[in-house]
Amino acid sequence: MSDDVIWHCIRHNHCSFMAKITTGIFCRNPYNATGICNRSSCPLANSRYATIRDHDGIFYLYMKTAERAHLPNKLWERVKLPRNYEKAMDVINKHLEFWPKLLVHKIKQRLTKMTQYRIRMKKLQLKVREKVMTMPRKQTQRDLRRLEKAEKAAQLEKNIESELKERLKKGVYGDIYNVPFKEFDEVLDMERDEVVLEEEDEEEGEVEYVEGDDMEEMDHMDDMEDFEGLSDGGTDEDDHLDDQVPKKPKGSGSNLKQNAGERSRKVMTEVEQDEETNTRQMTRM
Amino acid sequence: MAKEKKRKQPASDAAPPQGDEGEGRRERKGKKAKKDKADAILPSQIKNKDKRSELHSKIKREKKAEKRKLARERSQAIRRAEELGEQPPERQVPRTIENTREPDETVCRPDDQELFAGNDADEFNDVLKQHMIPKVLITTCRFNSGRGPAFIEELMQVIPNSHYVKRGTYELKKIVEYAKNRDFTSLIVVHTNRREPDALLIIGLPDGPTAHFKLSKLVLRKDIKNHGNPTSHKPELVLNNFTTRLGHRVGRMIQSLFPQDPNFRGRRVVTFHNQRDYIFFRHHRYIFETKESKVASKDKKAKTSESKSQPEKQVICRLQECGPRFTLKLLTLQHGTFDTKSGEYEWVHKPDMDTSRRRFFL
Repeated sequence: MSDDVIWHCIRHNHCSFMAKITTGIFCRNPYNATGICNRSSCPLANSRYATIRDHDGIFYLYMKTAERAHLPNKLWERVKLPRNYEKAMDVINKHLEFWPKLLVHKIKQRLTKMTQYRIRMKKLQLKVREKVMTMPRKQTQRDLRRLEKAEKAAQLEKNIESELKERLKKGVYGDIYNVPFKEFDEVLDMERDEVVLEEEDEEEGEVEYVEGDDMEEMDHMDDMEDFEGLSDGGTDEDDHLDDQVPKKPKGSGSNLKQNAGERSRKVMTEVEQDEETNTRQMTRM
Repeated sequence: MAKEKKRKQPASDAAPPQGDEGEGRRERKGKKAKKDKADAILPSQIKNKDKRSELHSKIKREKKAEKRKLARERSQAIRRAEELGEQPPERQVPRTIENTREPDETVCRPDDQELFAGNDADEFNDVLKQHMIPKVLITTCRFNSGRGPAFIEELMQVIPNSHYVKRGTYELKKIVEYAKNRDFTSLIVVHTNRREPDALLIIGLPDGPTAHFKLSKLVLRKDIKNHGNPTSHKPELVLNNFTTRLGHRVGRMIQSLFPQDPNFRGRRVVTFHNQRDYIFFRHHRYIFETKESKVASKDKKAKTSESKSQPEKQVICRLQECGPRFTLKLLTLQHGTFDTKSGEYEWVHKPDMDTSRRRFFL
């Protein structure tokens, strides 16, 4: 059968490899060198044809000639192309020495393209990729159900509270929290006088600062002193100090309360104050 | 709980307390007769709806009465025993999933020498014995958006000495190398899916295990009602219910994220509570208070002065939640650092492990 007759049949009747899409007419035949359906690149309608195929990363040069057209099982002559691009070019030049220039050019183009995509493939294979896993809905739903029940069974707040109390009883916190202990009462009774003295020492500096800062307040304080003085009957100096002592802890006490309360805003400052009170407790002990 | 109680009821019928044997028997007979009657005509067999509901409600009423009667008998038995000065009959313990857990030979006893020896040899020993200060690197998956950044911000406030590094396009193995070279002790990868954090990868460094957790039920601080704001003190840690070998290992891994010398003055507590293989994370601030009466606890200064006169008081602990709230579930535990291809898995969660709801691994 002559090539022209085949081409006529293929083009005008039917070809199972032909793919007509909006961008053009293409060929699905694996031996097609360009992938386009036309007279020169049709592997069926050309008795003298060559192409390159890829078998698991190894390229082969396929050639067919009119002499073997009647032997379909020996139709294609196959030559393995070396991995090196230049050497592969040499092999192609050697085998297709007297072939039409257009076909040789097409094959060389194909070799270039295939070498590029082989390199790209290797690169992509080396790249680390995330694996997409399925999440079976049945399992996730079951998990969620069990989670909710477990959360109820956990009684988290209660457990945490009991754990913390346990730690307090074991004395993990040392003498930071001396308030709740039984010993505290005894110690407090014993050191009651000392505490007052110590606190006085602490506050003395502060009082001086206030005096220096605001004179009017001092006057006011003096007025207060008179009342206090009447009740206590002590010296003026001492009274002044005593007056200051309860004032400060009161403030810190209310702060503490706020601290633990639900809506506390100035957390940072409060905590600092709290530390102060704690250190004072330490010194007391 | 309600379900447990319901289930318990027939059991107590079958084995009544030793004291009133005769009573129990009589009652059992009565019940049997009733049962026969009920078997004869089940409500579902009646087609007339009025009749059916009538019978149903009748049966229900009878059951309720029966239950009440049993409860009364029990309380009477207790009272009688008290009057006679005898040992009261044992209280019935409700059957829960926890106390009917499938026996597991790896549950650790407190005198497990082998475990302690293993603990001393494991990867976290350096950190937990305070030879090293924990330093944590936090990073994300490739695409991080939605609640991921907010979650990381809060996580960084929870874990002291933690540093956030942008993921970029680096592979995880490269990041592990990077962290190793900079003396990080652990690496946390927050994985987000559809703009929701859904997995947590904790890698112990330099050669610690890799744990992959599923993260669910994340609630950020701003969504918690009446939340507090944490301070920068080192928090203390509560690890509850990590019983088995695997549980101990995971617990130690979590422990190694935090410094081992907490600042107790900060009154911060971070909790990892394991219940039925779910690890619940909570972050609280707490305060201890003594409570005698409501008036006394109002003013701390006043209370301390009054406490001398009133020796009877009770310590309570009050909590305020702050920071994120989430739940973890262990999916895999891998020996060595992250390596999915040739890594050796110590434990992998498989679907057939979920077949019983009384089998737990942590």
